[in-house]
Amino acid sequence: MTSAPSAAPEAAPLQHAHGPGSPVPVQTRSERFASAQHADFPEVTGRELEWRLTPVASIRDLIDGPLDGSPFPAEVSPAAGVTVEWVGRDDARIGSAGLAEERAAANAWSSSERALVVTLTGEEAITVTVDRTAPDSTPRAAHTIITAKPNARGTVIIDHRGPARLTENVEIIAEQGSDLTVVSLQEWDDEAVHLSSHFGRVERDARLKHVVVSLGGAVVRVNPSVALAGEGADGQLLGLYFADAGQHLEQRVYVHHIAPHTVSRVSYKGALNGEGARTVWVGDVLIGREATGTDSYEENRNLVLSDGTRADSIPNLEIETGEIAGAGHASATGRFDDEHLFYLRARGIDEQEARRLVVLGFLLEIVQRIGNEALEARLLALLEDELAAVEVV
Amino acid sequence: MSTLEIRDLHVSIETDQGVKPILRGVDLTINSGETHAIMGPNGSGKSTLAYTIAGHPRYTVDSGTITLDGENVLEMSIDERARAGLFLAMQYPVEIPGVTVSNFLRTAKTALDGEAPPLRSWIKELKGSMEALRMDSSFAERNVNEGFSGGEKKRHEIVQLELLKPKIAVLDETDSGLDVDALKIVSEGVNRVKENTGLGVLLITHYTRILRYIQPDFVHVFVDGRVAEEGGPELAERLENEGYDRYLSGSTVG
Repeated sequence: MTSAPSAAPEAAPLQHAHGPGSPVPVQTRSERFASAQHADFPEVTGRELEWRLTPVASIRDLIDGPLDGSPFPAEVSPAAGVTVEWVGRDDARIGSAGLAEERAAANAWSSSERALVVTLTGEEAITVTVDRTAPDSTPRAAHTIITAKPNARGTVIIDHRGPARLTENVEIIAEQGSDLTVVSLQEWDDEAVHLSSHFGRVERDARLKHVVVSLGGAVVRVNPSVALAGEGADGQLLGLYFADAGQHLEQRVYVHHIAPHTVSRVSYKGALNGEGARTVWVGDVLIGREATGTDSYEENRNLVLSDGTRADSIPNLEIETGEIAGAGHASATGRFDDEHLFYLRARGIDEQEARRLVVLGFLLEIVQRIGNEALEARLLALLEDELAAVEVV
Repeated sequence: MSTLEIRDLHVSIETDQGVKPILRGVDLTINSGETHAIMGPNGSGKSTLAYTIAGHPRYTVDSGTITLDGENVLEMSIDERARAGLFLAMQYPVEIPGVTVSNFLRTAKTALDGEAPPLRSWIKELKGSMEALRMDSSFAERNVNEGFSGGEKKRHEIVQLELLKPKIAVLDETDSGLDVDALKIVSEGVNRVKENTGLGVLLITHYTRILRYIQPDFVHVFVDGRVAEEGGPELAERLENEGYDRYLSGSTVG
């Protein structure tokens, strides 16, 4: 496997990380146009930076069409320390963590009639599961707000199943001193299409662990952006995906270091197997002018299990202050590491089993970092199912 | 009683400059219970011998034979060699993300025995071996070699040696990079396994230091891809005093 870790570029005030000839237009990531109105965004051609790696033709209904904006089915297990409510579009919390930056997200924003609001209030760590099962493939819009009140702790797992065609926005607010984990688990049916923009805001001394697990669905695009808005804020963005033949799994990650002494770790790992298995990872990190003492690292690793796959992996780093603790990125896409296989086989483990162990281990490395035993066991079972269907060669 | 026999072994590797011969006719016989030290300067082909026995795909056997109790080792895959009873303690054990030591060892043991070990006795055995090699029990739940120090990686190799119970083990520079305490722990481990299982050992080393703790029955001096001299433990003492210089006159090996 080839690897290209790189240290922080020589940072100077206002220096831009992209050199001349870079395909990225000279525009700071934070200055992207944002609006709640669908009509404010031009027609999508598929050539835009935002869309050029996405199969736009198969998601036209979600980008342009009318959407069913009634509440998307969600079952939340009641628990102490959590409140769940559906609120109207005039609720002040809507838009407090972000605003749509592209046309499909804006379509969801202006079409959804109500928002599901999940609020963690307790200081005892709890796990809340939001079961969302699409009843059919009607194109739908949704809006969700997850908030951890000051010093609250907990994990919210959003579990997706069914034949959905869904475009949605998810706002996540970790208020001062809170410790919030949000897991978006895509176990969709094979034909499902899911476009999801997550907007996270992490306040002073709060911690957000954000996890995207994409396994099922035809086209799944989950784009988390997280603003480290308060001093000492900590954002960990983890992701794992397993693309089978014909599946398109995309994630565009953006971390904005706004306040001083903020820490971010972005780590996404994926496996690709079968003709037309396709993954996209874009990782943007912006270290703002005030974000002195920032410590940031992002990485994406892809393991290619067969011919006929394509993985795009694009890290971008912008630094507007020279006074940072560290900033780096790494991206690697490759086949099995022969030395890993040799080591396992030299202990008697046959080739097929050795490959299975290596793939599983490669992905479990992310699972182990979630820090929730029940969920880890479940993800292990799901990944073993994925692998059982694969002739790993 | 097992015997590993190496006869007139010639091995080469592919390099950017073309095919490069490394081993030029090696003959060795290792029986159960024997310890053979292979000593030699850097670049003499010691590690090539180790990896060729284990079946690493980088090395091409051009001629010669390797047999274990008469079975043709060169026709076996890497894992078949391990299941036949060969073990290589690696000089640079690799880190394997996401695979815990306990999962790895149980999977290996199951592969070698053809059935999963009984849980209770297996856990006891694992704990006992780790304790003997002064590895904290928390290592069992860590990923294979991930974040281990150099010494911890070597001790982990010997834990595997003890649990997997091979017939013949090749220890490839197991002493390199170990401080004296770690060297003693590792050597004690090897001696214990020998005593308990009658293991045959091929100990590859650059230095004589480890031979103070693991007594060799035979010493073979490797120079330029073949055995230049053979003898008993006294040969190691001579090398300790004189070094490899007398084998290297006129040679460019560094």
